[in-house]
Amino acid sequence: MNRGRRKALQSGGATLLALLAANGWLPSARAQSWNKSAFDAHSLGDTMQALGGGEPAQSKDIAFFQTPEIAENGAVVPIGISSSLPNTQAIAILIEKNPNMLAAVFDILPGTEPTITTRVKMAQTSNVYALVKADGKYYVASKEIKVTLGGCGG
Amino acid sequence: MPDPMKIRATTVGDETEVKVLMSHEMETGQRKDGQGKTIPAWFIQNVSAAWNSKTVLSAQWGTPVAKNPFVSFRFKGGAKGDKITVTWVDNRAEKRTDESMIA
Repeated sequence: MNRGRRKALQSGGATLLALLAANGWLPSARAQSWNKSAFDAHSLGDTMQALGGGEPAQSKDIAFFQTPEIAENGAVVPIGISSSLPNTQAIAILIEKNPNMLAAVFDILPGTEPTITTRVKMAQTSNVYALVKADGKYYVASKEIKVTLGGCGG
Repeated sequence: MPDPMKIRATTVGDETEVKVLMSHEMETGQRKDGQGKTIPAWFIQNVSAAWNSKTVLSAQWGTPVAKNPFVSFRFKGGAKGDKITVTWVDNRAEKRTDESMIA
């Protein structure tokens, strides 16, 4: 194989990506930004508004997995969300009864599977919402998780 | 200096699965100390992961993410020996970057 050519292709690709990122065309350009208004919001409507979601449509194409019905310990609640909506761009996790509802927003970049698992804290039994941005539109699914011991220092 | 992350990346078929365990207090700003004073929030705000030089994950986090955060995700491509780099930045602008190889 022509090593030099491969290298040139790779570095060329990287330069192009960097250029795109610099121009704000790629989500990675926003990686260092932090949506303060969304994370500071205290109600479901406000949070969704701040994320640009408005009134998202209910969707059956968003699934929770590895997510318990009952969480023994609210300090560590595993959450897995996957979306089968075409062109999923972002997945956000919202916990209705937490002091700050928004837990995390994951940008799904091209080539990355719309499947995320993480662990969150839950103050009490609450609905957990998975807000998905797909093809420019917003969709939501929810699941109630019962918490026997709160995890927000109450 | 914060403790290093544990990063495990494995190829599954044509995809690579990345699991990351970070070491961070993720203080919510809700708790009070013994004197009744609020403990200020201290948490990771931005997380990004790259496969070689391509960004494969970018996330914003809030205080509800659990202490010593765990995240896993998958992306298409990746081969044994490729480099995975994960970076986090917290609200005190402290930063940590760690690398691992796809196994």
